[in-house]
Amino acid sequence: MLEIKDLHACINGKEILKGINLTVNAGEIHALMGQNGAGKSTLSNVLVGNPAYEVTHGSVTFNGKDLLAMKPEERAHEGLFLSFQQPVEIPGVSMVNFMRAAVNAKRKYKGLEPMGAGDFLKMMREKRKIVELDSKLANRSVNEGFSGGEKKRNEIFQMAMLEPTLSILDETDSGLDVDALRIVAEGFNKLRTPETSALVITHYQRLLDYLKPDVVHVLMDGRIVKTGGPDLAVEIEKRGFDWIKAEAEAD
Amino acid sequence: MKEKEIKKETVGNAEEKNRFVREVAQKKYEYGFTTDVQTEIIDRGLDEDVVRLISAKKEEPDWLLEFRLKAFNYWQTQQQPSWGHLTLPEIDYQAISYYADPTKGMKKDGPKSLDEIDPELMKTFDKLGIPLEERLALSGTAVDAVMDSVSVKTTFKEKLSERGIIFCSISEAVREYPDLVRQYLGSVVPYRDNYFAALNSAVFSDGSFVYIPKGVRCPMELSTYFRINARNTGQFERTLIVCDDGGYVSYLEGCTAPMRDENQLHAAIVEIVVNENAEVKYSTVQNWYPGDAEGKGGVLNLVTKRGHLRGANSKLSWTQVETGSAITWKYPSCILSGDNSQAEFYSVAVTNNYQQADTGTKMIHLGRNTKSTIISKGISAGKSQNSYRGLVRVAPRADGARNYSSCDSLLLGSDCGAHTFPYMDVRNDTAIVEHEATTSKISEEQLFYCNQRGIPTEEAVGLIVNGYAKDVINKLPMEFAVEAQKLLNVSLEGTVG
Repeated sequence: MLEIKDLHACINGKEILKGINLTVNAGEIHALMGQNGAGKSTLSNVLVGNPAYEVTHGSVTFNGKDLLAMKPEERAHEGLFLSFQQPVEIPGVSMVNFMRAAVNAKRKYKGLEPMGAGDFLKMMREKRKIVELDSKLANRSVNEGFSGGEKKRNEIFQMAMLEPTLSILDETDSGLDVDALRIVAEGFNKLRTPETSALVITHYQRLLDYLKPDVVHVLMDGRIVKTGGPDLAVEIEKRGFDWIKAEAEAD
Repeated sequence: MKEKEIKKETVGNAEEKNRFVREVAQKKYEYGFTTDVQTEIIDRGLDEDVVRLISAKKEEPDWLLEFRLKAFNYWQTQQQPSWGHLTLPEIDYQAISYYADPTKGMKKDGPKSLDEIDPELMKTFDKLGIPLEERLALSGTAVDAVMDSVSVKTTFKEKLSERGIIFCSISEAVREYPDLVRQYLGSVVPYRDNYFAALNSAVFSDGSFVYIPKGVRCPMELSTYFRINARNTGQFERTLIVCDDGGYVSYLEGCTAPMRDENQLHAAIVEIVVNENAEVKYSTVQNWYPGDAEGKGGVLNLVTKRGHLRGANSKLSWTQVETGSAITWKYPSCILSGDNSQAEFYSVAVTNNYQQADTGTKMIHLGRNTKSTIISKGISAGKSQNSYRGLVRVAPRADGARNYSSCDSLLLGSDCGAHTFPYMDVRNDTAIVEHEATTSKISEEQLFYCNQRGIPTEEAVGLIVNGYAKDVINKLPMEFAVEAQKLLNVSLEGTVG
C-alpha cells in the first residue's frame, strides 16, 4: 500500500529525514517511536504534502501511484489521512460546513454527485457517536474552544467521515487523560477493516496496548534504526532508547 | 464622563513574506458588459445652466430648482475633502456628463406597459437577474430599476398602492406627491452636509421614493437596482424612504456597472425617516466595477447615507456587503432622536487588487435609552487598503444610551492593509460604550489543515471568509444572502496562489 524508498527531506534548509525506507501493507498497523527531534512528525508532514517541508531525495508510492507528485488534497482523496498533533482552530467555519466541503470534494474527485443534506447530517450523527462527541458538534467552529481531548476526538471523527485507507496518527495520545485515550483508541479500532492501515506515532505504550501494532519501528536522527514486533515497544517502555542508540552506534 | 479617543491600528506591510499568498489574476467581473441603447446624454460640464437643464428636463417645480441652485452655489464654495484614508484620483467635474437618459426612445412619463421599454433595456436587466416582468420576479420583491440617470421601470406599484404604500422613482414622486417630497427631501442629509452631498443635491437625477403609511407593514421586499451604462457620465441618485408611525419596510439596493478604463463617479444620497414605533431595514449589496487587477478604472463610490430615527421606539438597520468599486467612501449613519430607538450597522467590506475602502458608520445618540450596535468585518487582499472609521456620539441628555461596536479585519496576504479609526464622544455618565477590535490573517496552518481534509485552497479561503462574514450575511434577506456569499467567493478568487 505505502512504499517509502530512501526518503530525504528538509525544513528551512536543514535535513531532518536522512534516508527512510518503510513499507506498510494493507491491514497493517505500524508504530513509529523515537525521541523528540528524531524526525517522526517530519515524516508524517512529508507524507501528507505539507508545503513547509521539502523532499530532496527518494520516492513514495501509495497504492502504486507517485504520492509526492500529488497535491495535498489529492493525497487526501486517494485515502491518506493525518490526525494532527496540534489541530488548528478555524473560527467561524462550522464543523458541518467544513466536513461537507471535505466529503463533497472527495466525491467530486471520485466522479460522484455531492451528498444530499439529509444523508450528510445522518452520516455526521452516526460517526460522531464513535468518539462520543455530542450533537452540538455540527454547529461548533472547527476546533475552536475545543478542549485538548475534544480536539483529538474530533480528529478521529473526521477520519470516520472521510474513511481513509491509510491513517497517520501523530501523537494522538499526547495530552489525553485515561478516559479520553480509551475513547480515541476504541474509536479508531471501530474504524479498522482488513483493508485499512495506519502509521501510529507515539511515545507511549498505553496507546499501543489498545491499537496492537503489527510492526514497531524506532526512528533516530532521520533514519529507521530498529524494527521489531509489538514486544519492541514494551521493551522501549521499560528501558528507554539509549540501548538502541548504543546498538545503532555499534553497527 | 467626557471622553474622546482616537485609536489607530495599522497592520500589514510588505515586509512579511508569505509563501502561499500571491497576487494573481484579475477577478472575474460578470457584469462588465455594456448595453447598446439610444441614450440622450447632455454635454459634459457643470454650471448653473446644467442644473437648470436637468431640472427642466424633469419638469420640476420651482422649489426644487431653487433647492438645486442653492446646493450648487454652496458646492462651488467648497473643496473636495481629503481626510479619508484613500488616494482619490483627481476628479475633473467638468469632464463628466450629468444626465444620461437611456429611455429617450420611450414615451414621456415613463412606459405604460413593458412593450414600450426598449427590448435592449429589458435584456440588460434580465441578464443582471432583475426581471422587469412581474411574473418573473423573485418571490415577494418589487423592483425600481434605474439605469444612468433615469428609472426604467418600477414593478408591483399598483399592488402596493392598495395598501397606501408609495414606491416609485423620485422623479415621479416629485410630480405626484410634491408635498411629501418637499417635506422630507434634505431633512436628513442637508445639502450643506458635505461636498458630495452638495453636488448630489444640485444634480441628482433619479432614485427611489418610498412612503409607508401609518400602521402598514410592507408585504414585500422593496428593491432598487442601480446600473451605470453610459460612458463618461456620473450617477447621482437620490433615495428617500419615509416610514410613518408603526410602519415596517425592508429595502434592498443592488448595483453594477460595465468595465471601463476610466473611473466612473457615483455620488448618491440615501435619506431615511423613521417615525414612532416604525422599523426600516436597509440592505445593500454593492458590486460596482472595481477596476482591473492593475487598478485601472472602476467606480468611485462616494455616498452619503443617513437615517433619522425621529420617533420613540423606532428601529433602523443598515446591512451592507461591499465588494465592488475602486474606491468606497461612505458611512451609513443613524441619528437616534426618539427615546428607546435602536440602530444597527452590519457591514462586510471586501477589497482586492488596488481597491480602497474607507467605510463605517456614525451613531448619534440624542434620545434616552437609545441603543446601537456596530458589527464591521473588513477583508483585505491583494494590494488593497481597507479602513473602518466610525463615530459613536452620546449627547448630554441621552441617559442610558448603549453602544456595542465590534470591528474585525481579516488579511489575505502581506501587501494589503487594514486600519481601524473608531471615534468616541460620550457626554453622559450613564452611557455604556464598548468597542472591540481584532485583526487576523488566514494562516498557512489553517489552509493546510483544509487541504489535508481534501478541500482545495481556493475553496478553503471561501469557506473561511464566509465563516468570518456570516454574522453580517445572516442579516440579509434570503436571496440576497445567497448572492452575497457567491460574491465574496468571486471577489477573492485568485488571491491565493
